[in-house]
Amino acid sequence: MALVTVTIDDIKVEVESGTTVYEAAKKAGINIPTLCAWFEGGHTPGQCRVCVAEVEGQRNLVASCVFPVADGMKIHTKSERVRKARRLVVELLLADHPQECTYCVRNGICELQRVAEQVGVKEVRFSRTEFPEEGMIDRSSPSVVRDGRKCIGCMRCVTVCENVQTVSVLTPAWRGSEMRVVPAFDLPLAETNCVACGQCILACPVGALYEKDDVEKVWEALEDPTKHVVVQEAPAIRAALGEEFGLPPGTLVTGKMIAALRRLGFDKVFDTNFTADLTIVEEGNELVKRVKEGGKLPMITSCSPGWIKFCEHFYPDLLDHLSTCKSPQQMFGALAKTYYAEFAGIDPANIVVVSIMPCTAKKFEAQRPEMKDSGFRDVDFVLTTRELARMIREAGIDFTNLPDEEPDAPMGEYTGAGTIFGATGGVMEAALRSAYYIITGKIMPSLDIMPVRGLEGVKEASLDIPPIGRVKVAVAHGLGNARKLMDLIREGKADYTFIEVMCCPGGCVGGGGEPIPTTMETRAKRAGALYVDDSQVQKIRQSHENPSVIKLYKNFLHEPLGHKSHKLLHTHYTPRGTNIPHREN
Amino acid sequence: MKEERDELLKEFTPEQVAKLDEIIERYKSKPGSLIPVLEEAQMVLEYLPVSVQKRIANGLNLPFSRVFGVVTFYSFFTMTPRGRHTIRVCLGTACYVRGGKAIAEMLEKTLGVKEGQTTVDRRFTYETVRCLGACGLGPVVVIDNDVHGRMKPAKLKETLNNYQ
Ligand code: SF4
Ligand code: SF4
Ligand code: SF4
Ligand code: FES
Repeated sequence: MALVTVTIDDIKVEVESGTTVYEAAKKAGINIPTLCAWFEGGHTPGQCRVCVAEVEGQRNLVASCVFPVADGMKIHTKSERVRKARRLVVELLLADHPQECTYCVRNGICELQRVAEQVGVKEVRFSRTEFPEEGMIDRSSPSVVRDGRKCIGCMRCVTVCENVQTVSVLTPAWRGSEMRVVPAFDLPLAETNCVACGQCILACPVGALYEKDDVEKVWEALEDPTKHVVVQEAPAIRAALGEEFGLPPGTLVTGKMIAALRRLGFDKVFDTNFTADLTIVEEGNELVKRVKEGGKLPMITSCSPGWIKFCEHFYPDLLDHLSTCKSPQQMFGALAKTYYAEFAGIDPANIVVVSIMPCTAKKFEAQRPEMKDSGFRDVDFVLTTRELARMIREAGIDFTNLPDEEPDAPMGEYTGAGTIFGATGGVMEAALRSAYYIITGKIMPSLDIMPVRGLEGVKEASLDIPPIGRVKVAVAHGLGNARKLMDLIREGKADYTFIEVMCCPGGCVGGGGEPIPTTMETRAKRAGALYVDDSQVQKIRQSHENPSVIKLYKNFLHEPLGHKSHKLLHTHYTPRGTNIPHREN
Repeated sequence: MKEERDELLKEFTPEQVAKLDEIIERYKSKPGSLIPVLEEAQMVLEYLPVSVQKRIANGLNLPFSRVFGVVTFYSFFTMTPRGRHTIRVCLGTACYVRGGKAIAEMLEKTLGVKEGQTTVDRRFTYETVRCLGACGLGPVVVIDNDVHGRMKPAKLKETLNNYQ
């Protein structure tokens, strides 16, 4: 591409022709405010006009996020005309926006607030005062709440739902001042094929999309002296929670997380990583069984509930490819109210299981009708990373200065294999470590399976497992990538033995419940923290070697895929109607 | 598929459904054909309720959201059937102050509809307009092509009776 020279606020820069004014300004050290643009998702609708700039020779101000530069162009980004226009744009947005910042879920991390500050809004000359909630707030989903009153119509959620996840629930509807972003047919979210992934929450610049808040219910349980409240935390929490307290992305805060949960008043602080190890033992054995007995292959992982719901909607014909293993969260719940109840001599009716998850779909999963194999609701409440952070702040806990603490027995011990569940490729890597051992009786020559790590959309690897031969596996994260593999299976062209799918880009570390902002960069850093946990912190790196898991089999489950496992740890799936089309042509 | 067809047959004749399917079939493999399909479908069916939109989405392999977005974007498309008669109440300033508002309220009550809706018996589609340019006659109600000036709530019922 040809290089061109442009002058921005008297600064000369050389950029490739076709570069946007926004990008060129960035190169000149100028940050133009933006709002509707979501660059990482390739989403620049040029709609909000917060980013306007003045180009000499152009009568109107241009939207710098989409306007391409040309050689010799003279651009002004801070002239009075530009500053006034930007302010007006933001003022108009605010005039049509409930002034609820002090109690809004996005307070402090809201891009509209940030932009208002950046463009120097000091007053709103047109302010409306009434924003009735009726018909504007959709609380139907157990995972995601939509508040249409706060929507600024940027359409980022539409892009992520359609392009990244290929679920395509959301759409702009009607036009002009009537325009609203809604699910198809303006249905409540719970009545659509929304998979509850929460990626739209991460994409939304404001408080128009957020997790269903279950914090109050958890406080209530903690206050109730008759309840024994136990908590589990997913792998991805320890790699991200620190960000909520100002620590850089990629800081591993396992010990502080556990200390904080204890201070909040949980009776036992266990760890989902423990049941992640258990999942690997069950799933590894299931895989070996399918290979040996000619069962359905490729077998696909089943620990990501958004992925499961996606499959139930779009690939109901392929449900028998899914492993029957429950997710670690649900294995934990079922065991907490059976194995742990027995172990501790507590009536399971009085045990409350709380999960801390990076994921909004986990809230949906916990409510699935079949998830009560313990005889009770296996998991009572699910909080996202963000909700936990809010509880910690509310309790006044000085998170960053907490001492490191250890989880409780008998459901807290974990291995490096369990912890990498939180990153795309991690379940695959953990499963292969154990499957290799189950089949050969030997430890894999190298426990690090590099090709399945990283943020490439679809990853492949193959490895030799002596008596079986070469085993080909694939890993996908983000449902658009999963779709590619599913279509191959449907066409009979997938020669894989085992496939890992995670609903969210990056895996759980990029889940819809993780701290905001969650970008590709933060995803990579959080995953990095988990690989450090695996290789440097944990002494044991293979799930089947977890002493607490071995004890669990010895004292309670007796054998993988055995009678009790079947009852408590495995599940079935629900076809949710075929014929939900997904994308253009 | 069957359920979807039953849904359609509640509102349309088998002939209409066959025509809809024929339209979809004809455009199926042509990219970017959503708008022509909707246009032709509306010509045959008169309106495009959810059941029709789903049929079209499935036929063209498009997300429901896409079809719904397009149908609501263009004012040409309608999701509700039109009544045999169209009533327009003028709510321009002149008519409004001369009692147009009361007429509108009364109509909404008698017909059980809101702006833009059609009565269950499909007798009337009710709309409001901003100024018909007949301010001297206000408040004005237009039924089909007939202008009824100086309308009073008491006169309304009698007037409606002339449109069955
Ligand atoms: S979305 Fe942003 S601007 Fe709107 S109320 Fe919430 S914090 Fe304030
Ligand atoms: S939660 Fe996921 S599937 Fe549901 S609307 Fe948001 S992005 Fe789409
Ligand atoms: S809900 Fe959020 S992301 Fe979606 S259009 Fe509205 S403001 Fe944008
Ligand atoms: S950021 Fe450029 S128009 Fe919205």
